Amino acid sequence: MSAKAPSVAWTEFRSNPISILGLVLVIFCIALAVLADFITPYPAHVGPIGDFTAINQAPSAAHWFGTDTIGRDLLTRIVYGFRLSLLMAVLVLSISMPVGVILGLFAGYLGGWVEFVLMRLTDIFLAIPPLVLAMAIMGFLPATLTNAMLAVTVMWWPWYTRLVYNVVRSEAREGYVLAAEVIGASPLHIMFREILPNCAPSVLTKLTLDIGFVVLMVSSLSFLGLGVQPPTPDLGSMVADGAKYMPDAWWLSIFPALAIMVLVLGFNLLGDGLREAFDAEV
Amino acid sequence: MTPVLRLLLQRLAISVLVLVGVSILIFFIARIVPGDPARIALGPNASQAQVDALREARHLNDPIVVQYGWFLRDLLHGDLGTSLYTKRPVTQDIATYFPATLELVLYAGAMMILLGLPLGRLAARFQRRWPDHMARLISVIAVCTPAFVWGVVLQLTFAYIWPIFPLEGRLSNGIDAPPLITGFYTIDALLNGQVATFFDALYHMILPATALALSGIGQTARLTRSSMIETYRKPFIDMSRAYGFREDRISRRFAFWPSLIPTLTIVGLDFAAMLANAFLVERVFVWPGLSRYGVEVILRKDLDAIVGVVLVIAAMFLVTNLIVDLIVSIINPRIRLAERKAKA
Amino acid sequence: MAVLTIRDLQLGFRKGRQTAQVLHGISLHVNAGEKVALVGESGSGKSVTAQLALGRLQQQRGTLASGAIEVVGHDLIAAPEKMAPERGHRVTMIFQDPTSALNPVFRIGDIFSEVLRSGGRKVTDAQARDRALKALAEVHIPDPARALDSYPFQLSGGMNQRVMIAMALANEPELLLADEPGTALDVTVQAQTLRLMDDLVTQKGTAVLFISHNLSVVREFADRVYVIYRGKIVEHGRTDQLFADPRHPYTRALLSAAPRLVGGGLPDLPDHSDAFRDPLIVHPGCGEPHEVTA
Repeated sequence: MSAKAPSVAWTEFRSNPISILGLVLVIFCIALAVLADFITPYPAHVGPIGDFTAINQAPSAAHWFGTDTIGRDLLTRIVYGFRLSLLMAVLVLSISMPVGVILGLFAGYLGGWVEFVLMRLTDIFLAIPPLVLAMAIMGFLPATLTNAMLAVTVMWWPWYTRLVYNVVRSEAREGYVLAAEVIGASPLHIMFREILPNCAPSVLTKLTLDIGFVVLMVSSLSFLGLGVQPPTPDLGSMVADGAKYMPDAWWLSIFPALAIMVLVLGFNLLGDGLREAFDAEV
Repeated sequence: MTPVLRLLLQRLAISVLVLVGVSILIFFIARIVPGDPARIALGPNASQAQVDALREARHLNDPIVVQYGWFLRDLLHGDLGTSLYTKRPVTQDIATYFPATLELVLYAGAMMILLGLPLGRLAARFQRRWPDHMARLISVIAVCTPAFVWGVVLQLTFAYIWPIFPLEGRLSNGIDAPPLITGFYTIDALLNGQVATFFDALYHMILPATALALSGIGQTARLTRSSMIETYRKPFIDMSRAYGFREDRISRRFAFWPSLIPTLTIVGLDFAAMLANAFLVERVFVWPGLSRYGVEVILRKDLDAIVGVVLVIAAMFLVTNLIVDLIVSIINPRIRLAERKAKA
Repeated sequence: MAVLTIRDLQLGFRKGRQTAQVLHGISLHVNAGEKVALVGESGSGKSVTAQLALGRLQQQRGTLASGAIEVVGHDLIAAPEKMAPERGHRVTMIFQDPTSALNPVFRIGDIFSEVLRSGGRKVTDAQARDRALKALAEVHIPDPARALDSYPFQLSGGMNQRVMIAMALANEPELLLADEPGTALDVTVQAQTLRLMDDLVTQKGTAVLFISHNLSVVREFADRVYVIYRGKIVEHGRTDQLFADPRHPYTRALLSAAPRLVGGGLPDLPDHSDAFRDPLIVHPGCGEPHEVTA
C-alpha cells in the first residue's frame, strides 16, 4: 500500500459533492470562530452579564436564536461556543496526536518488549469507553476547562498509537524500508523519515474526523456538568442549561444542539471525503 | 476442546488481564491526584483524629503498591469499598443502579442491530441510488449528533409538542416497580404477570432507548454498507448472479453473512460505547440508572465509588466483546472448523 | 441451430462525458452442442462478451450496447431482463478461480440447492440433495455427501473446480460460458478438470463458449476458434484450419508467444504492431449464419 499522489486525491475529493459540503461547513465554522469578535451582534454577552430588559426572548430579527434567562444573545454565545470547542479540540489533538503517533511508531517498528508494553497499555485504555474514562479523570480533579482538556487528552492518544502501529506493521515489510535498512540507516531515520510520511494520510484523515469527535466528547462532559463551567459559553452546557426551560424556551437548548451537530457533521463529512480520496485506513 | 471454546478461553484470559490493567490504571489515577481522600471524605469539619483514623482504616498510610494489594484483595472478595455519598457498600449501590442502565442499553442495542443492519443492507443493495443516499444521510446525521442532543430533540418533539410518550422516568406515577427479580422492569413485570406494568415500562423505554440507539444505528448502517459493498465485488457474488440467484436472496443471505463477520466486531464496540452514552441519555430522561450515581460520586470526589463504576463499565465492555467474539466464531466457519481443516 | 448469436455488436462504457469503446462490431455464433473458443489477451473484450451473453452488463448504467445478441432465443439488446430466469439453467458459467467463486460462509450443499432453485424453481430439500449428489458423482468426486457438507475452503482447488463444473451442468444447460476456466489452478489440475469438462459437455451435448488467453489450451478443446484483438474479431476458423494455417499477423504472434504446455500464466504477448489491425480473416466454410443466408 502506498499513498496516492496529492493531486490524484484532490481530483477524487473534488468529484464528491458530499465531501465538498463537509469542507464548506468546516470553513464556515472556522470562519465564525475566528471572526467571532467582529461578526457577532452582541460580543459583550460572552460573559456573565446580559441585557436584563430582554430576557427569555424567542427568536426575532434582533436575536436570531433568541436570548437566554439573563438576556444574553444566544447566537453570540453559540459563535463563541464554536471558538471554544474548536480551540479545545485543536489543543487536545495537538498533544495527544503526536504522543500517540510517536508511541505507535516505536511499538510498530521496534517490536519486542516496547511493542508488548505499549500495545497492552493501549488495550487497557481502549477497554474503557472514552467518555467514562474522561469522566473518571474529571472525578479526581476539579471541574475546570483545563482539566477537562487534560482528561480528554489522556484518553485520546491510544487511538493514534493503534492506528500508526497498524500502518507501520504493514509498511515495515515494504521495499523502501528494507532498502533503507540495507544501506544502514538508523532506526530513528527509518521511523521518522521513511515510515512516518506514509502514515500521514491515515493520521490526517483521523485527525479531521477527531476534531468533530473531540468536540462531541468535550460537549458531552460539559453537558454532565463535568467540563467547562459558566459563564464561559460552551455548547454542551448550554444544551443542559436550556433543557431546564423546555418546552417554553425551546430555543435555549435546540440551537446549541444544532450547532454541535453542524460542527461535528462538517468535520465528519470532510474526514470521510479525505478517507475515500486517500484510500486511508482509519 | 473445540476451536471455539479454545478461542473463547484465550480471549477470556486476555480480558481478565486487561481488567486487572484497568483496575491498576484507575486505582493509581485515583491515588496520585492532589488532596487527602480521607479529608475529602469526612469534610472540612472533621477533626484531625477522625481523619487519621480513617486513613488507618483504609490503609492510606501504606505505600501505593501495598494499597493496591489491599484493594485487589477486597475486590476478590467482592468488596469495592464504601461510598462516601450513600454510606453504603459500592457493590450494593451498583447492584441497585446498574440494572436500569443495562436494561436501557440492551433495548438500544437491539434497536441498533434490528434497524442498523437492514438500513446498511438496503443502502448497499441500492448503491448510488436514492435508498442509498437516504440511508447515508440518516446515518451520517445520526453519527454526528451526540446522544444528549437526540435526547433533548426527541423529548421536545414527542413528549412536549406531541405528548405521545412520557417525559421521563421508568414508570408512570401510580405504577409500582415489579417485584425485583432481574432488575429489568419489563422482564420482571412479565415474570410476575403484570401486563400493565410491562407496557408502561416499555412505553417509558422508547424515547430514551431511541436517543441512545441513534448514533449506533447510523454507525452500524455505515459499517454494514461499506462491508457489503466490498462483498458485492467478490467473485462469489458474480457467481451468484451468473447462476440467477434472486437479488434479494443475495442481499439477505449470500452477501449479508460474509459481510457480517467484519462488521460485528465493530458493532460490539459501538454497543459498549452505549454504556458511556447512557450517562448522557439518563440525564435527559431522569432515568434512575448508573449515571445519576456516577455523576453524583464524581462531583463529590467519592473515590471508591468512581473506581467501582469504571471497573463495572470496563467489565461490561469486555463481556460484550467476548459475546461478540463468540457470535463471530459461530458465524465464521473458518474459525468454527479450524481444527477439522488442520487434520484434513 | 445457434444457441448464441452475436451480430455487429458494439459496446461502450460511459463515464462522465467520455465513452470508452470496448467492442467495435463483433459477430460470432455458437451452435447447439458446439464448442467454440474466443481467444485474446486481457482487455481485448472477451470477458465482457460473456457478461453480455448473460444479459447482465446491458442492465448496468453507463453501458452502451448496440447490434444484436441472441441467446437461447432471447433478444438481449431489446430485453436483457428476459435472461434472468434462464441464468443458471439454460445458460451457466464456469470461472477462473473456483475457490473464490464459491461463497466461503456457506456449505457446498447450500450453494448447490440455490443453484438448483435459481429462477424461482420449486425443488424440495430432499430432491436438491439427491440431484446434487448425482451431479457430484458425475464429476468423480470421491465422497459426494461429505463434499456437500463441506465449506469451499475445506476442499482443494481441483475439488472446487469439479464442484463448479457439477453446478454448471446440473440443470442441463444449452450453453456453458467458460471464462478462463481454472486459470488460477495448478497446471496439471487445470488440464485434468478441463478434460473432465470436455467429456461431460460432449456426453450431454452442451454448447460451450470457451474464453481464454491461451491458444494452446483451446487447441485440444474447441471445434472452432475466434481470435479477438482490441474489440475486433481478427480471425475465425475451425481449430484444425487455424492451427494449420494461421493467417492473421496477430494470430501468428499469439501462436509463437504461447507456451507449449497447457495452462501457465500469461504468455509474453507481442507488442502492438500495425499489422494486427489487418481486416478479419475467415477460413473457408466458417461464415456467420446471417451472412450465409443473406
